[in-house]
Parts: sequence; C-alpha cells; structure tokens
Amino acid sequence: MTNHWVDIKNADLVFVMGGNPAEAHPCGFKWVIEAKKTRKAKLVVVDPRFNRTASVADFYAPLRSGSDIAFLGGVINYLLTNDKIHHDYVKHYTNASFLIDEGFAFDDGIFSGYNAEKRSYDKATWKYQLDSQGYAKVDETLQSPHCVFQQLKQHYSRYTPEVVAQVCGTPKDAFLKVCEYIAETAAPDKTMTNLYALGWTEHSVGSQNIRCMAIIQQLLGNMGMAGGGINALRGHANVQGITDFALYAQNLPGYLAAPTDADPDRKTFLEKRTPKPLRPGQMNFPQNFPKWFTSLCKAWYGDAAHKDNDFAYEYLPKLGGASDVLSIFNAMHEGKMNGFFCQGFNPLASVANKKKVGDALAKLRYLVIIDPLATDTSEFWKPHGEFNEVDPAKIATEVFRLPCSLFAEQTGSFTNSGRVVQWHWKAADAPGDARDDAEILAALFLKLKAMYAKDGGAYPDPILKLTWAYRQPAKPAPEEVLMEINGKALAEVVDPKDATKVLAKPGEQLGSFALLRDDGSTSCGNWIYCGTWSQAGNNTAKRDNSDPSGLGQTMNWGYAWPVNRRIIYNRASCDLSGKPWDPKRAVIRWTGTAWGGNDVPDMRPDAKPEEGVMPFIMNPEGVARLFSRELMAEGPMPEHYEPFETPLDKNPMHPNNPKATSNPAARVYKGDMETFGKAKDFPYVATTYRLTEHFHYWTKHSKLNAITQPEQFVEIGEELAKEKGIAAGDRVKVRSNRGFIKAVAVVTKRLKALDVDGRKVHTVGIPIHYGFKGVTKPGFITNTLTPFVGDANTQTPEYKAFLVNIEKA
Amino acid sequence: MALQSLDIARRSATTTPAPAARQTTEVAKLIDVSTCIGCKACQVACMEWNDLRDEVGSCAGVYDNPVDLTAKSWTVMRFAEVELSGPNGGRLEWLIRKDGCMHCADPGCLKACPAPGAIIQYANGIVDFHQENCIGCGYCVTGCPFNVPRISKEDSKAYKCSLCSDRVAVGQAPACAKVCPTGAIQFGSKEQMQDVADKRLADLKSRGFDKAGLYDPQGVGGTHVMYVLHHADRPELYSGLPNDPAISPLVSLWKGFAKPLATLALAGVALGSLFHYVTKGPNEVSKELEDELEKEES
Amino acid sequence: MIRNPKDLQRYTAHERANHWVVGISFILLALSGLAFFHPAFFPLAQLFGGAVWARILHPFLGVLMAVSFLAIFFRFKALNVMTPADQEWLNRVGEMVDGNDHDMPEQGKYNGGQKMMFWALALCMLLLAVSGILLWRAYFGFPVGLVRFGAVIHAATAAVMIALIFVHVYAAIWVKGTIRAMWYGTVTRAWAKQHHRAWYRQVTGKS
Repeated sequence: MTNHWVDIKNADLVFVMGGNPAEAHPCGFKWVIEAKKTRKAKLVVVDPRFNRTASVADFYAPLRSGSDIAFLGGVINYLLTNDKIHHDYVKHYTNASFLIDEGFAFDDGIFSGYNAEKRSYDKATWKYQLDSQGYAKVDETLQSPHCVFQQLKQHYSRYTPEVVAQVCGTPKDAFLKVCEYIAETAAPDKTMTNLYALGWTEHSVGSQNIRCMAIIQQLLGNMGMAGGGINALRGHANVQGITDFALYAQNLPGYLAAPTDADPDRKTFLEKRTPKPLRPGQMNFPQNFPKWFTSLCKAWYGDAAHKDNDFAYEYLPKLGGASDVLSIFNAMHEGKMNGFFCQGFNPLASVANKKKVGDALAKLRYLVIIDPLATDTSEFWKPHGEFNEVDPAKIATEVFRLPCSLFAEQTGSFTNSGRVVQWHWKAADAPGDARDDAEILAALFLKLKAMYAKDGGAYPDPILKLTWAYRQPAKPAPEEVLMEINGKALAEVVDPKDATKVLAKPGEQLGSFALLRDDGSTSCGNWIYCGTWSQAGNNTAKRDNSDPSGLGQTMNWGYAWPVNRRIIYNRASCDLSGKPWDPKRAVIRWTGTAWGGNDVPDMRPDAKPEEGVMPFIMNPEGVARLFSRELMAEGPMPEHYEPFETPLDKNPMHPNNPKATSNPAARVYKGDMETFGKAKDFPYVATTYRLTEHFHYWTKHSKLNAITQPEQFVEIGEELAKEKGIAAGDRVKVRSNRGFIKAVAVVTKRLKALDVDGRKVHTVGIPIHYGFKGVTKPGFITNTLTPFVGDANTQTPEYKAFLVNIEKA
Repeated sequence: MALQSLDIARRSATTTPAPAARQTTEVAKLIDVSTCIGCKACQVACMEWNDLRDEVGSCAGVYDNPVDLTAKSWTVMRFAEVELSGPNGGRLEWLIRKDGCMHCADPGCLKACPAPGAIIQYANGIVDFHQENCIGCGYCVTGCPFNVPRISKEDSKAYKCSLCSDRVAVGQAPACAKVCPTGAIQFGSKEQMQDVADKRLADLKSRGFDKAGLYDPQGVGGTHVMYVLHHADRPELYSGLPNDPAISPLVSLWKGFAKPLATLALAGVALGSLFHYVTKGPNEVSKELEDELEKEES
Repeated sequence: MIRNPKDLQRYTAHERANHWVVGISFILLALSGLAFFHPAFFPLAQLFGGAVWARILHPFLGVLMAVSFLAIFFRFKALNVMTPADQEWLNRVGEMVDGNDHDMPEQGKYNGGQKMMFWALALCMLLLAVSGILLWRAYFGFPVGLVRFGAVIHAATAAVMIALIFVHVYAAIWVKGTIRAMWYGTVTRAWAKQHHRAWYRQVTGKS
C-alpha cells in the first residue's frame, strides 16, 4: 500500500477491482464502511463475480476475468478524451512532458524490439531522449508527438467504450457509469483509493494490471493524497514483511537488486544498481544504494566484511537464472533438484498445476516440511482416494516433518499491508515438540557450520564467517533479530556537512537510514527497517493510537517503513508551492521553513518549493511514470493481452496477430504450452479465489472454520446451470486440460453470462482452501486445474483466468 | 457501558410480580444489514464465547452454513439473492441477514413456556433460556414468532442466542458485536441504537433507498435486536423475515385466556359436585326396593 | 369371591382391568398435563420425579390411554347406542340431578347420561391423541402453525375431559353402590332395579 488501512476512511471513492476485500480482508474493510458512513464515500466494484464487496457497493460492473487492462485502458481513454485529469499534477508530478526515443513504436500489439523466439524485448527504444548532461528532454507544452502524454493518448485512444464492452463483456452503460465515478476524483480536493489484491496479480499480465491503475491515479492526481493511492491488500498478516525481506531471490532485503553472474565484483555491481538522476535537482534517493548494500554486508558478515575484501561481496550468492516459484518447480520437475525445504508453504495445494508439482516432488531425494500442520504437501506421496491418486511404491522422496510453532506461539513482528510493523507477543506455548522457526533454522545452521568447520568443503567462508552473535546461538531471540535488522553504528557516524557533529556513537542503534554509510561504519539488515529499533527502543511495540489529525495516521502506533512515513509520496499532496491540494485532509505542507504536518514528509525536510524537487524521490526522474521506460517486461504502457487460456482463441484487439494473443514476454516452459486447453474443449472461463470463512489451506484444519464452510463448491450462473441441467447442491465435475475436481454446485444470480466479442462467455468460480488433509470434508485441490504460467515480471501464476468444462458428476 | 443488570423482569410460568424497585436501561443490538458483508465472524465469535461446536456439515448449494439455526448454532447468516426491478432495470442485491433471537419485548417463547424460570426476561430486555429449568417440551418453539429456539437432540433442552447476557452483565458487548469487523453489529442502550439507526437510514436514503427503515416490530412490543433494512417495506426479502410478527393468536389463546378459564371451569365442576353432594345428599338405593327384593329372595 | 350370590355381575374382570388402565393413565396424564398447563399446577410434576420426567412420560401414557381406551370403546360401543328412551331420560335429567329419580324413565345397562359421557369421552380421546401427536417434538416435527393449533385443541379438550371425568367420578360416588361394580364387578339387585330397571329385567328375567 502506498497509503495504509485506516487511510481508506479518507477516500471519496473506494474503487475495488482485482480484489474482494469484504471477502478476503473483512477487518480492513471496516475502513471502507467508515468512509461510506462518515464521508458519504461511494464504493464501486468491478469484478467477474457479484461478490461480498459488491453486496455493499453503490455500483457494480461485471467484466470477464483476464480483461482488466482493456477495462482500465478504457478508463484512461475516458479520462483523457473527456479531459477529466488533474492538470497541474499531471504536468508537474508525472513524466507526461518527457520525450520518448523516436524509435519507440507499437505495432498491432507488439512494442518495438520484440524477439519472438526468446519471447522477450530488446528495450533500447523504450527510453527518454536525453540531453548532453544525461537528463531527459521534456516538452512542457505536452504537444510533442513524442512526449509521454501524447503517446499515452494515442496508445489508449483504441480503448473506446465499445471496445471495452467487446473485450470485457461489461455493458457499455455500466462501464461509462464507472468512468463517471472515477472521473469525479480528478478534482484536486477529491480522492479515489484503489484496493486490489490477487485478482490483479494472478494473471499473466498481473503487473501491467497494476500499472494501469498507477497511470489512472497519476492522471487523477491521487497519489500521495490522504484517501488516495494504490493499495495492495496483502493476503497474510505478514506477507508484506516477507516481501520486504527478499521473498524473491532476485532481491536482497529491502528490495535491493541481488547480485547475479553478470556482476563479477562489488564495483560493477554498485555501478549498475546506482541510478543517475534523470532530471536536474532531483533527490534520486536510490543513489544511496551503496550505503544500504554495504551496511547489509556488515550486518551479515561483521568484521569479516571490510574494505579490503570488498565488504565480503564474494560471499554473496550470485543468481544464475530465474528462482521464482514456477522456475523452482520446473527445475524440480526436470530432476535438477535433490532437496527442498518447505517452510510455511503448501506448494502441492498452492502452486499451479498440482500434477506437475506432485510429479516434481516425487523426483526429490528429500523434502523437509517446517510447518505447524500436517499439510497436503507433507503427504503428497500418500494415496487419498481420488483426491490424491499416487503410487507410493514409485516415490522415493524421503519426507521430514519438523513441527514448528504457530504465529501466536511466537514473539515477533508483523508488517501489515500498510507497511506498519507491529510487534506481537507470544500468546501461548507451542504444543509437543514444536519449536520456533528461528530455532529450527538456527539448529540447521549451527550443524552445517560445525560440519564445514570440521570437514572443510568447497567454500566454507560464507557459512563460517556469517555473523551469529545471539546470546543463545541455538535460540536467536526475536528482539535480537530486530535490533540486528535495524542496524547500529560500528564507528562514529558524523554529519557529512559538519564533521564535528556526531550523529551516532559506536554501538548505538540507528534511528534512520539517513545515517547509513558505505564505508563500513554502519550495519543494517534491511535499510527500510532502519528505525524500527532505535536508541529509544522497540518502536514497533508502540501502542499509542492517538490521532490528533483525525486522518488515522496514529504516528505512535507501531512503526511504518520507511522512517515511520504513513503515506508515501506525500509531497504530492501539495501543489508546487507547498499548499495542500485539499486543506481539509492535509497530510503535510511547507511551513515556510520546512516540510511538516501530519506525516513524515517524503521530501528533504528543508527543500524549498522553489527548488523544484519533485515528489517521487525514489525515481531518478523525480516524478511518477506514466510511461515506465524499460522497467517492465512486456512494454512501457500496458496493453491488453488475453490469458494463456482464452475463450476467444485470439486477442480481439489484435485479431490478426497471433503473437499478440497472450503476453508476448511471458515465460512458458517446455511442455507447458501443450497443457493449455482450447476453448472448443473447455469453453468456460474459470477463476479461483478465497472465501472469507477460510484462510488459504490452514483453516481446513480448524473446526470453527470448517463449520462455517465445510465443503468444496464451485459457483456457476443460473443460465449455465440450466444449460447443463445442474441444480444447486448437485455434485459437479470441473475439468481443465490438466485434471479435474469434483465439488458441490452453488447456482447463483451473481455470476452472469457475458457478451464478449460476439459470443456468450460463462464464468465458473472455484474457491481454493480444500484438500485431503484437515477437518473439512475431504476435497480436491483446486490448483489441479490451474495453468503453469505466470506474469512476465513476477512469475505469479495465472490462477485467475483459465479454461474449464463442467458437467454433472 | 454501564448497562449491567440481571434484574429479572419476567419469568416463565410465574404468576407473581417480579422485583421492580430497580430501574435498568433497556439494551439493544442493532444489525445494520446494509453494511454487513456476511463474513460470519459473528457466528464464530458466538461459537467461541459460548463454547459451541456444531457439526461440520456439508455444502447445500448456498453460502449459508450451518444451513439453519441449531441448538449449537445460535446465529447464522442467511444469504438471499434478489433481483429488484427499478427505474434503471433489474438490480441484483445480495441481502445477507444475521439470523438469531430477536429478544422480543413480548416474548412468545416466554409466554408459552410451562417451566418456571426456564425462560427469563431481564429488566434490560434480554430474553434468556436457563437450561437447568428447561423441561424440553418445545413450547418455546411453538410460541416464537421468528422460529428461533431449537431443542437439542442430545439433551432435549432448548437453546438460542442469550445476547451474551453473561458479557452484558459485566458491561461487555455481545461477542458478535465485539468482533463484527465492519461495525454492522452494534450494541448499546435501545435509545442509542435507535439514534445510530436514524443516522444510517439518512445515509441509505441519500443513496436512493427510499424505503430504508428500522425493523423493530411493534407486534411483539418491539425487539432488543433490531435491523437496519434497505427495504423495510419488504422484510420478507431478507430470507423471510416476518413482515408484521406477533405472538400467534392461537398461542395467546392457549397460554392466555384458556389458562384461567379452564382452571376456573375445573374448579367449578369440582366444587359444584361437592356442593351437590352436600346439598342433595347421596343417591342411595331406596329402602323399600331393598326390602322388596330381600323379601323376594327369602 | 362373590359374597352374595344373588348380586348381579355388571363388569367382567377384563372389563374392569381395562377400565382401570384407562383410569390410571388418565389420572397420570391429567396430573402431568396440568403441570404444563398452568403454573399453579406445576408442582404436580414432582409426582413424576420432576418436570422433565413428566414431559417424557406424558406422551407415552397418552399412547397407553389411547390404546386401552380403544379397547373399551369397542367393548362398549354397542351398548351405548342412543335410544328414544335415553332421549326422554336426558330431557328429564334435571329431576335426576335434583335427587328426585323415582319417576325417571326405565333405563337399560346405561342411562342416557352415561351414553353421552361415553361418546363425549371417545371424541375427547380422539382429539387428544391426534393433537398430542402434533405436540410430541421428541419424535415428530410438524409445521409450527399446526403445532399451535394442536396445542390449543389439546389443552381445551383436556380441560373438557377432566371436567367430564369429574362428573363421571362424582356420579359414581354420588350414586351409592356404584363403585363396587368397577372394584369387583357386581352390584346389588336393588341397585340394578333402581337405576337400570330394564337391564335388571334382562339379566334376572323378572319384572
């Protein structure tokens, strides 16, 4: 979230698409209701299903799953053609005026530089025109045909309401009504918040779905505003936290790009990762990358990391290729892996194409499960009737189950969607032999270390020299770990402008990442968490919910990264002169001498407005990007591509270009293209989702949850049910090209057939949550059906749009 | 919230007055259907607080689960999909109503109950079942206009929502109100809740729900569980919420008028017989006839 | 053990046993039923080991009474067919109640009042049995509207029946020499000749 949960109450319009917060985030959804009650806010929902969120919405519009970019492209077009944009904001705070390389082109669904064989782009033309100093050229009149604004206009001019209706199946009047609601928030003192979740990410074009909304919010001037922003609702209590700590192997903690094989030494690595400003006078905050990275190396290797050994750069692993979840299971499937550690993860149930995952696990020599529950994965080898048809005699994988404690049995921290880090205290002892995760990992580490120390080995240093300075090495305390993450001064840290001013003495906990240095005088395990445990103590344990601004900022409740800032890009909530766009919801303002107000300013505190330092300090441009340069895999502006399993057999926006049917830059592994089904065999669009009564694959083990939603079901519309002779409560069989599941049919008015590209498209809704382990009725694993293909940028599997057939079981 | 009092206002099968010296605020639970998302947190909180674990059932082709109230499910969400005709064509609504005891001011269950003290109405308005006094006859089921009480198959006692009278007694809101994530369930004095409802109704009317209203049916003297409905003119849309509920006239006849009448009638017959005997004397065989027959025989 | 061989046999042992099964079950039913009917009678439930036992036993006793009454019904149905003489007797029942029965019309085994009682009780039994089933939640689940109707019928009928039984019992007490017919089956000839002269003639062959 750029903003935070409570801030939703400040919105004038809550626009929910790609998420179903009433279902999946009922507690956070209270702020939507609060906005409705106290601000007379409107709630608009766009979703393939009339869902629980829609049940309390002011307006609902349906769309075909997998057509979000067409819809949102239509919104962009509506805003531009009807001039419903926040002009000053767009002109000054976005790259609208930036000139794009003249070689940049877009032709029938494909951007310039495409290599069909490699399924990837040479992005040389996806760049700004630079002047002699390396700054981007701009046209402040926004008239140049090469400026971002004109390119954007041209690109989205094809997304007319008629095209939206044709591609999405959304009735034209419903689409226009949604546009009207959104357009109202172009006024400087009106804001729209956007809530999304996996309904946008779990597509082969997931990241571009979100890019669309980024463009819309920039056009409306809603970024940085109270009640605005783009707000990803995270699925677990701490999924934000795990993402912050290198969920993706291509990142180091704090989203620092990890070294790869192409970075032979520290110097090359840092040069590549440290951007130069693209406009004069901008903060270009990532220029501090060397400080963050060096402090991280010091946290990990302590005294073993020093100037003379490049701060132990050698010890860090270098990525040789993809390491996302699909690539891992693909490698496992190809027999390239020996062992797999599965910690708090149930891949048999939660990764796409259960058969492929099960086959992959069967090729391992050993599988280690660290989990409080007996997961489906831990019994992937065991026959469970038709729910898991396997032959244990043919599986040699040795499975180890290490029971760990549950979150409520551990002390630690949660980082919520709004980036607020909150300490929590253990509520109960873990049962039996269960141990904390940290204790299990410590035991493994110490054992490995002892073995390396005794037997040597190929390269023992990265293990032997790792810092492990916990009072009980076998039981690292969560407090010690957070202090280590926060970081401390190793030598005196002085003010760069005045060397006599000591900012931190050796051994002191650091209060902010501004104190981090690249000379080895500071350590920090994750730069964005610097400040969580300062000299003042554990700031994440603060529990003062006083709210003097009334905006719900509660600055003394927990600690939000970065630097306790609750709304990021908040400088953009003020005009150029530093006056809030909406004085009633002022986040910060220029006081005449400094930035201040109701949040930690996202700006150098003493940067005078006339200096022209722009609000998007993390971008070398200083402004937000309508055009995302070379940063995305499949193009600098989102384009609609069909899901890999499309009910249409073509992309209706590029009917004659088969290369542009589905995401041209998405990775498809060998053998997986053949597992995709065709509309003639599997005519219905399926989408998977969560139910409010359950949490992933955990709560099927909990009696209370099982009572409230005991048995697997699928949802179909009344029209499809009638065609197929299916009544509510009947058992049905749902097949994709990868397998089948059986479940109870819920026949509903809430799923309607849509008129898409001249044909009728039905949707089959399939909740996840069920499996063969637990106290709910035994069920099939929904991901038996889903395709093994992901978003081109994140590789998040396309769980939300694929093809199935359905019949009475 | 200083609403705690478990003073008893009415007690089943009891003909003498309840203690009435102390005055207590009437409480109420307000269920705002227009902000309810059907998450069932209330169901779970109810099970947790009251130590109830119903059977793990099955899917009946709807979201409702458990599908009905039971002795172990004191509240259930009922999901109704309705298509309403409007000026702009059909509008689909998913009306989700938390069902459970309404805590009537004039409770049909209490009226019907033959077991002294099995059903209690506290002075704060809560209607509570005391299972230790329950005889399992099911008259409460017969008496309830909302079809709420359930007789347990295990122990033949009647169960229903207690409005967490144990929590309310110590100044806490009922478990369901405590956990409701959207604030759709609120708890306080009945007066406060009516005020809250007024604000919600103003908001709903501003959004085009002209018929929005508070469901506090006077046929049962008002209730201590009230609903904010978007379509108060058609409560039946909400999974059959009764339009104008009242204690059935049959139940009133049975447990009202008939009781004293029949008792008096029986007393009349008994006393009549007694006084007949006393006044008229026994009907003995006549002496002459006896003598005559004796003569005949000898 | 007929002490006086001249006495007349009015009821066989089977008939008497049958009557008392009905009678006892009726008494138990009335006591337990009243306990649920009005709080004033609730303490009666203690006779059954508490109200829960009373609630459990009541319907089973009801079944017992209904079945045994059915036997009585078929035993005595024919004897209770109304005749014109019964009608005349009934027309003059006031004199009877007034204690002036000398000029009452001659009666068979049963007089018009007894016959009326027989049919009234039969009707009550039927209504109680049917409505009782409606109320028996342990084994049946009828729609609540029907149950409510059943409750009213059951209560009203029971009240009527209790009143009828009061009359029945009082009549037996009031008319001396009657109860023994149900204890050990016989009545004196004088009793028979006075109260049921036609029956007396029939069984003795005398005038």
